[in-house]
Amino acid sequence: MADHPHGNIAPLRLHVPEPKYRPGDSVDFSDIAVPPVDAISRPDENSPPSPLSALAYGLVRVLDFDHSAKGSWNPGLDADKLRLMLRNMMMLRAFDDRMFRAQRQGKTSFYMKSTGEEATSVAATMALAADDMCFPSYRQQGILIARGYALLKMMNQIYSNRADHLKGRQLPVMYSAPECSFYSVSGNLTTQYPQAVGWAMASAAKGDSRISAVWCGEGSTAEGDFHSALTFAAVYNAPVIMQVVNNQWAISSFSGFAGAERTTFAARAVGYGIAGLRVDGNDPLAVYAAMRWAADRARTNNGPTLIEYFTYRAEGHSTSDDPLAYRAAEEFAKWPMGDPVNRLKAHLIAAGEWDEERHSAQAEELADLIKATQKEAEKNGTLGHGLHHPFESMFDDVFEHQPWHLKEQCEQMLDEQRSKFGADWMPK
Amino acid sequence: MTAMKSMNMIEAINSAMDIMLARDPGVVIFGEDVGYFGGVFRATAGLQKKHGKTRVFDTPISECGIVGVSIGMSAYGLRPVPEIQFADYIYPGLDQLVSEAARMRYRSAGDYICPITIRSPFGGGIFGGQTHSQSPESLFTHMCGVKTVIPATPYDAKGLLIAAIEDNDPVVFFEPKRIYNGPFTGYYDRPVEPWSKHAASQVPEDYYRIELGKAAIVRAGGALTILTYGTMVHVAMAVVEEMGVDAEVIDLRTLLPLDIEAIEASVKKTGRCMVVHEATRTSGFGAELAALVQERCFYHLEAPVERVTGFDTPYPHSLEWAYFPGPIRIGAAIDKIMKD
Repeated sequence: MADHPHGNIAPLRLHVPEPKYRPGDSVDFSDIAVPPVDAISRPDENSPPSPLSALAYGLVRVLDFDHSAKGSWNPGLDADKLRLMLRNMMMLRAFDDRMFRAQRQGKTSFYMKSTGEEATSVAATMALAADDMCFPSYRQQGILIARGYALLKMMNQIYSNRADHLKGRQLPVMYSAPECSFYSVSGNLTTQYPQAVGWAMASAAKGDSRISAVWCGEGSTAEGDFHSALTFAAVYNAPVIMQVVNNQWAISSFSGFAGAERTTFAARAVGYGIAGLRVDGNDPLAVYAAMRWAADRARTNNGPTLIEYFTYRAEGHSTSDDPLAYRAAEEFAKWPMGDPVNRLKAHLIAAGEWDEERHSAQAEELADLIKATQKEAEKNGTLGHGLHHPFESMFDDVFEHQPWHLKEQCEQMLDEQRSKFGADWMPK
Repeated sequence: MTAMKSMNMIEAINSAMDIMLARDPGVVIFGEDVGYFGGVFRATAGLQKKHGKTRVFDTPISECGIVGVSIGMSAYGLRPVPEIQFADYIYPGLDQLVSEAARMRYRSAGDYICPITIRSPFGGGIFGGQTHSQSPESLFTHMCGVKTVIPATPYDAKGLLIAAIEDNDPVVFFEPKRIYNGPFTGYYDRPVEPWSKHAASQVPEDYYRIELGKAAIVRAGGALTILTYGTMVHVAMAVVEEMGVDAEVIDLRTLLPLDIEAIEASVKKTGRCMVVHEATRTSGFGAELAALVQERCFYHLEAPVERVTGFDTPYPHSLEWAYFPGPIRIGAAIDKIMKD
């Protein structure tokens, strides 16, 4: 170490963040502030951003601990809509469980569950118009479920089989679904942020009424793309809703590595002069209300909103990591905001609009539906079991028209297959 | 018969964008200083005034943002033509270009496409120092899914730019800024000749296309094939004329997709091949050209393929002309390849 040049002042120290709890620790989340419902009441959608800054540090809540919906943010949804929301979230959870198991059975390479954060995709999407454009990250399969996309198509994609409309090119869960206004999912993080802003700029430039919505995790707010997107959104007053799903963990790195020790993620909005909301992400009604507020705002030329969903990733990042290796096992059980599915269920039961029997029956019905769909999907093949798209499709769609060098390489690949399978082998 | 007009390269590029803005309501043009001011090289001068602020506009200084919003605009159905002010500034936008725009058609199996044309001035010879002189074209040929186009005359610049804008895949359109105002012979101490004295400055005022992926034989010859593009087309031509060597000079115009037929036919005829580019040597596009020529024309070659390039250093400000692959370097290479 160099000689200390500054006399008796303390040396500089590098701060490397450390999560509060590690494997084996007992968990106490009593320091997480849970302000009362309506601690900050719902402002008019047309408010200018600067008086809203307190919302970026608060927590928008609707469902209280007594299971009632309260306060000025209460979106006042009817029971049918709430039951549909519950059904979508239960469907998503059942789908995740089944596909996770399929990966464990060796039927595909990879899967990512969204357990515990179902509200941040399902309830958020239900607050949008069906043709508002969604730019998801990789954990928003709830958008597709809320928009009624065929489960069979999702499974075919997960299996990369011969019916996968992405021709087996993408890692499982990297869907693309223009018919649901759902953009192609990237494995590179937060690249979708400036893209969503560009889509919203185009919609505004063309005098359209559609807006865009984009999701990322809290960890990837550290990417430059996030900040480029917020700058462009602010500069052009783009009709875009930018959502940060703060599920506390980016693979094994806790939110402190994205800056959570100092401030909220919603507070990023304050510096850009746009509206920022911090929302209980496990409260489906709060998620819906915040999204609805932001959507109304965007649609009336009041510009972009940044929403942080404060939630918890109940499972591993993906099938490729073991969360027990880096965090305390009981964190989700102790999470002060509970489980979004259970909370909505309890709310509906308390309101006399649902009961345990109907809930179990629905859970069973959804499990059966998903099992049956899975059987259908597996008829089209599972990863690595022969039923894939034709070999030469590898060279399609690099460009609209195939250049000579790709034609040559395709021929080479087909020759390789012939040398492997015999001279009579034909591409199919 | 369409009216012809003498244009320099900037005027030809401006004319291409003007025409495309009028023909296609999806075309939008934006970048740093591009709107009101009309671009630091004036390529977009007058376009905002004529076509409006929602078609031609200024952007924040964020290449990541510029390329990223272009992709989202493409998803909406627009046809963005962003400008990256200097090729040297393109790197912050590279992830959006490589991982997103270039892969979108493939990864979404055609659900989404990115018909984006990124215009960017490149190359040196203007005392731009290391951050305003680079030639990064080989990077874009190495990533699959992007076309790379480099014009060398006003006529080609307009026709190629229109074809690039109409192309349904991402195109990187590098403009050799040293020859914006006139063809450059490599003799920096001689007065610059304006484009008006060059035949290729006669440009149709109306719409026309030059197909991407087609090279131009700038000079027919039998003794040697010179493969080049951009500024170096003119430098190579000047040296060839001066030395009186019967070289065939090929302006590639598009690096990807490459006009391999023109290259093969010429090299098989001449038996000698030299590549000239301003970019750094190692892993430069010349390496790809040399490999292709040896794979396809080996038994026709009378001599090893020669590469004349910039040196593998950052572009030095004060020593620019010692770095630049000018007449001395090209002349020595011609002497060497003709001796074998």
